[in-house]
Amino acid sequence: MKFLFDSDTWQEIYGSIRKNKGRTVITIIGVLWGIFLLVVLLGAARGMENNFKKIFGTFATNSVFVWTQSTDTPFKGYQKGRRFRLTFNDIEVLKKQYSNEIKLLAPRNQTSNLVVKDFKSGNFNVSGDYPVLDKIQKKNLIFGRFLNTNDILRKSKVCVIAEDIYIQLFDKNVDPIGQYIKINNINYKVVGVYKPSNNINFDGDAVYIPFTTFQIVYNRGNKIDWMMITANEGVDIEQMEQDILLSLKTLHKVHPDDKRAFGSVNLGKEIGKITGFLTGMQFLTWFVGIATLIAGVFAIGNILLITVKERTKEIGIRRALGATPKEIKQQIVLESVFLTTVAGMLGIIFGALVLFLMDVTLGQGPDATLINPTVNIPIILIAFVTLVVLGTLIGLIPAHMATVIKPIEALREE
Amino acid sequence: MIRIEKLHKSYPIGKDSLHVLKGIDLHIKEGEFVSIMGSSGSGKSTLLNIVGLLDGHDEGDYYLNGQLIENLNEKKAAILRNKFLGFVFQSFNLISYKTALENVALPLYYKGMKRKERLQVAMDYLDKVGLKDWANHLPNELSGGQKQRVAIARALVTKPKVVLADEPTGALDSTTTDSVMELLKEINDEGMTVFVITHEEEVAAQTKRIVRLKDGVIISDTLTGN
Ligand SMILES: Nc1ncnc2c1ncn2[C@@H]1O[C@H](COP(=O)(O)OP(=O)(O)O)[C@@H](O)[C@H]1O
Ligand SMILES: [Mg+2]
Repeated sequence: MKFLFDSDTWQEIYGSIRKNKGRTVITIIGVLWGIFLLVVLLGAARGMENNFKKIFGTFATNSVFVWTQSTDTPFKGYQKGRRFRLTFNDIEVLKKQYSNEIKLLAPRNQTSNLVVKDFKSGNFNVSGDYPVLDKIQKKNLIFGRFLNTNDILRKSKVCVIAEDIYIQLFDKNVDPIGQYIKINNINYKVVGVYKPSNNINFDGDAVYIPFTTFQIVYNRGNKIDWMMITANEGVDIEQMEQDILLSLKTLHKVHPDDKRAFGSVNLGKEIGKITGFLTGMQFLTWFVGIATLIAGVFAIGNILLITVKERTKEIGIRRALGATPKEIKQQIVLESVFLTTVAGMLGIIFGALVLFLMDVTLGQGPDATLINPTVNIPIILIAFVTLVVLGTLIGLIPAHMATVIKPIEALREE
Repeated sequence: MIRIEKLHKSYPIGKDSLHVLKGIDLHIKEGEFVSIMGSSGSGKSTLLNIVGLLDGHDEGDYYLNGQLIENLNEKKAAILRNKFLGFVFQSFNLISYKTALENVALPLYYKGMKRKERLQVAMDYLDKVGLKDWANHLPNELSGGQKQRVAIARALVTKPKVVLADEPTGALDSTTTDSVMELLKEINDEGMTVFVITHEEEVAAQTKRIVRLKDGVIISDTLTGN
């Protein structure tokens, strides 16, 4: 170990590295490229993953959405093509039957209407909702509050509007809270303004009003357009989706094998697909990265082998002057380790630089395609250490070659 | 210093083997100045390489400084070379990317001497061979004679018991040959054993003892009276 801290050892290595500039550069580039690719690929994959996470971020990822369409199978005396609606009764039944599985359930009614404020107006989606919607898809409020239970109980004429509606209907710098807007000629007091998510957004720029208000104003009775359901932790969401659909089919006298009667989206399943894709990407990244690294290390070994052959004579001279095989080997291996270390560090630095540039160019603003493209330091350290260990092992081959022959044979080399 | 008894050496050539040294008996005492003569291919270099522990022998005994050389591993050989032997080659064998000073200092590095001290000692030896002013020149900036003097300084720097020189003047013109021989004589006068291979009579004549080899055996061994 002492030789490691000996300035002479490094002097010798410096001499030989400087002497062999060409192969030093090639070696460094080989390894640098490998670790650079690994860092950049892993970082980019992470950035994509973060991006997907952000897209789904505002949603509870274990959500199922259910709505009705029309039957495709005649059943119990009904013709096929029958249209029907979800009702409050369905919700009571589901809540009871699946009390262990269902965490949140939001029945929803939606329409689109002219919305007027003084002399400005626009057509927007109007949605009758329960406060629970805010728990399923977090609303980012920039003014005021979301709907609450009091609004539901009192069937209040209040609304929460999207930022764009606020901008379109209100003068600049006007506090919207407490102001009134007209929807279908009925005045609603604005209690909140929210910023819609840039990503998954089923509602568009909507005006949210209390579900109970919507029921009366639009005369919906106990009918429901659709519902969002989230599952409790640990529940098999696909199974829950199947079970709920079957229960609903029974309730509405729909054939159990009817494919069209109910529409549903299982967000968990969709995310699963993307996660699968991401896992594939990660696997590919690792595969490419590691293959490149190994190729880099072999390049080092190969180049060392060539240089050791080129330097056979020099090694013969050194041995004639009293260098032991161990000393010769140490020097070659140390050279290898030194080169891989420097190249690895440069690779990490350049990789980090590229990730930084990616972040600056692709990772900012609402349309970012890569978010926070980073790599785990432990992962890079492991890759780095593996690289250096491989560099050592591969350096041993030419080192061994250099010392198995008799010194005189080495000296005879021209 | 060097005692060789019934030494045999063959080189394998394909399936056959070439019998080069066929029973050499040679005894060289400390402080001798011996030259080996013989035609090309007579086995001079082979003998010197065995003496220098750069190559092994097949049969017979070899004692270096009283120690029987037997089953020597490369590590022990390296240490013995560093401690007892200094080499001078016909083709100089300097390391091309090191300066004259660094070349001379290299054996001391393997001896484990500190850099500062090493360069100091190396400089003294360069001074001794008259090349102090050339210390920081690379070998390709030196003439043949200068290179060989650097090589001699390198051979001497560890204060070896024996200096082995394989045709040290083979690549030099007559004036530089004389200066190199002068240097070897000086070294010998200081008490070092010097063992030179040559095929030039004038060179051999400047040594104290001439051993003639022919076809792998010693045919004569005479003192020159110097
Ligand atoms: N490594 C070797 N392998 C095979 N033959 C060799 C080897 N080294 C020397 N020889 C042969 O041994 C003989 C003696 O060589 P050498 O000792 O170099 O002679 P000298 O130095 O007297 O000219 C020559 O015929 C040479 O070809
Ligand atoms: Mg020869």
